[in-house]
Amino acid sequence: MTPFLDALSLLLVYSTIAIYAAAFVAYTLHLARRASTPAVPVTARVPATAGATSTTDPDLAGTPTAPDTDTAPAAAAPGADGGAGKAARVGFALTVLGWVFHLAGVVLRGVAADRVPWANMFEFSLTGTALIIATFLAVSLRVRLAYLGSAVLGLTVLLLGVATVSFYVPVVPLMPALQSGWLVIHVLVALLATAFFGLAFLVSLTYLLTTRRRGLPSRLTRLRDSLPGPEDLDRLAYRLTIVGFILWTFTLIAGAIWAGRAWGRFWGWDVKEVWTFIIWVLYAGYLHATATRGWAGTRAAWLCIVGFAAVLFNFGVVNVFFTGLHSYSGL
Amino acid sequence: MRVSIRSEQAPQLPADHVDRPVDEPTNPRLSVSGWARWAWRQLTSMRTALVLLLLLAVAAIPGSLIPQRSSDPNGVIQFDKTNPGWMWAVDLLQLHDVFGSVWFSAIYLLLFASLIGCVIPRIRHHLTALLAPPPATPRNLSRLPAHTRRVLPDTPPGAVLDAAEKALRRQRYRTRRVRGDDGRDSVAAERGYLRETGNLLFHVALLAVLVVVGVGGGFRFTGQRVLVEGQTFASTRIAYDSFTAGRFITDTQIPTFSLTLDRFRVDYVLDNVNALGMPKTFDAQVTTTTGGTRQASSIRVNEPLSVAGTDIYLLGNGYAPTLTVRNPAGKIVFRDTVPFLPQDANLTSLGIVKVPDGLAEQVGLVGMLYPTRATTASGAFASSYPDLLDPVVTFNVYVGDLGLNTGVPVSVYALDTSTLTQIAGRGTPTPALQLVPGTPVPLPDGLGTIELGPIPRFASLEIAADPTQTPTLIAAVAAMAGLALSLFVPRRRLWVRTTTGRDGGTVLEVAGLARGDDPRLQPTVDTLATRLTPTPTPLRGGSDDPVP
Repeated sequence: MTPFLDALSLLLVYSTIAIYAAAFVAYTLHLARRASTPAVPVTARVPATAGATSTTDPDLAGTPTAPDTDTAPAAAAPGADGGAGKAARVGFALTVLGWVFHLAGVVLRGVAADRVPWANMFEFSLTGTALIIATFLAVSLRVRLAYLGSAVLGLTVLLLGVATVSFYVPVVPLMPALQSGWLVIHVLVALLATAFFGLAFLVSLTYLLTTRRRGLPSRLTRLRDSLPGPEDLDRLAYRLTIVGFILWTFTLIAGAIWAGRAWGRFWGWDVKEVWTFIIWVLYAGYLHATATRGWAGTRAAWLCIVGFAAVLFNFGVVNVFFTGLHSYSGL
Repeated sequence: MRVSIRSEQAPQLPADHVDRPVDEPTNPRLSVSGWARWAWRQLTSMRTALVLLLLLAVAAIPGSLIPQRSSDPNGVIQFDKTNPGWMWAVDLLQLHDVFGSVWFSAIYLLLFASLIGCVIPRIRHHLTALLAPPPATPRNLSRLPAHTRRVLPDTPPGAVLDAAEKALRRQRYRTRRVRGDDGRDSVAAERGYLRETGNLLFHVALLAVLVVVGVGGGFRFTGQRVLVEGQTFASTRIAYDSFTAGRFITDTQIPTFSLTLDRFRVDYVLDNVNALGMPKTFDAQVTTTTGGTRQASSIRVNEPLSVAGTDIYLLGNGYAPTLTVRNPAGKIVFRDTVPFLPQDANLTSLGIVKVPDGLAEQVGLVGMLYPTRATTASGAFASSYPDLLDPVVTFNVYVGDLGLNTGVPVSVYALDTSTLTQIAGRGTPTPALQLVPGTPVPLPDGLGTIELGPIPRFASLEIAADPTQTPTLIAAVAAMAGLALSLFVPRRRLWVRTTTGRDGGTVLEVAGLARGDDPRLQPTVDTLATRLTPTPTPLRGGSDDPVP
């Protein structure tokens, strides 16, 4: 039964990658349309109604604080945007569909293994990317995020693809070191934090694009002008990061408690502990930077990007190439 | 201003306050105390704290790239062996002890000094703010970040303010009725003091973690002990293979108990071809004796055993073959279980035997144990399964001075072969010895015989007492709670003002100001204004709205 479910799960993951790739194409088309349509002047912007927070369509949903930031006027004038709104809706629908497959793949992997599906590199990536998309979809319900779809789906296809090709291992039981209730909570929260940091990273990259005044090709300039303003992106990155930061703090504390149970000390500067600490300090630095004159804005955005680079390093390099107590990659 | 983890402005100032230009036309001459004050102000500034934080992150990186004595002692030995040319830099910069090094300590101590210097005045400020009434209503409300204005034709101004005060109190705002110099009445309200409280709690709790870990180290001890099945050890300082204790630990504080490893049980995965032979359970079944009470219990990887105020952890395990060495006359000169250290997942294990007395020469043996013998294409042995299905032990044999009489402590797990002569094994005419259980094998040169007996397992245990765990956890949880409060509780000031319009109606103004990021500020202002505006019911004249 286990190999069958495992194979079925893998099939679902392949399907997921295909659907996400299609969603990526749709979202990229959306960006291309935005870049080819001259930006709508501010006076023609459609003010979204404050409080409309639960619409599922990203281009219809308004954000209470940024009512007129996203200039894609799909809701008011269908067709007038060169099809950008339509492409975004297709992208969103495909992302939801892909995520259903993705979730089924994660659940089946867990059923096949008879444990939580996050105990080796393949499973960390599988569940982690599902959380990135889940976070993206959840945030989309509150804030217009169609402009971020291409980047989110692109990143996810890349991560999930690498995981499936390079990290896949068949289902095996848990080694004694991982047989603990903390596996469920510590790793899940770490992955969720990673999802929030990942989105914040992409928003910060977008922010840097919107703050570039000169030296952009005309298409990128038009794309930039169609994006939310730097202040809104800055604020969104901040809000995503504070959620990620709380989750990361919890990860660190939960990890220390688990280390205390398993190894007799709650902190020992193991390689993975060092990097968890580095990431925590970097994001603490980001939070301080957002409140420091001269650092708020561009420098803070760079810190957010460096922070996520450290997260990826901690995941992709430390897990696989460093020797330490956290040798759970399964590779 | 975004977060208020630290504010460069005095906390009482509104977010839109603009500082006076910093650079004065002529710099005043500073006295010594003036310079000290300047340095202190620099140290406690947000910018310095930020730079120190980033420095701390960067400084931690070498600790993950170069093996650390505390976490990877074997890596340290290996590193030093392969990079002899770098030893001067490693020693100078304490690169094997990054987290205890002078430069790393300097960074975090400066950071915490900066933190203290920042937090103390803020605590004072916050206490004042907690006792103070909400600040008076600004003259021009429309200049605030959130503002709305309504005209209420039929409502008297006083009634609106009463209703506003009531509604705000219900939402746990602190309120105050203000009469301005110009005679306009208003309500001032403030909420979210917990934001700053949480922020301060977070920083103070971090300080507490540092202090507890720093001071508490003196009350901590850990000892390691390798125990073969059937062996007993009684906890005293010398009974441990290695022992580390804080400076406040005396011998009398080491709890006395004895512990017998009755059996070490390992379950292997048998029903999954992808994980065949992977261990499912490590279970050290032990009997402990404390103060005359015997108790049987078990120690597993994530389930330490608490005995006499200490916790006993299972850190590792392996095989300890019983080896017997006899001299040519048949007299036993060595007989012991020798722990072999596992080298791979199939428990190919490396062991050292030293026979100093009783033979014609001192003999040292370097052995490999293969629990389940397999032969590779090149003819070498390997282990194909971690359980003892077909065990074999091979030995390279050395003779000469084992170096046990020099007075320098020597590890039992290492053999310095540089002063020895190899007489069997790779590189000599005599092949390595091959031992299977129960059959004695002659040593080369007629030195005697060696026999492999039963192969019990050993457990490597860590005995630790750490009184800092609970206080550290409390401080860490407090820090996280404070962090959540400081990031998610909105600190908000609202003002409601009524004036009589030209046509005799009441003009209602509601405005808001937030400390830090507050996505709900404008909606809150709008909602309050709407609540205070009676729903128009023109024909009936009456209204269900609480506002008359």
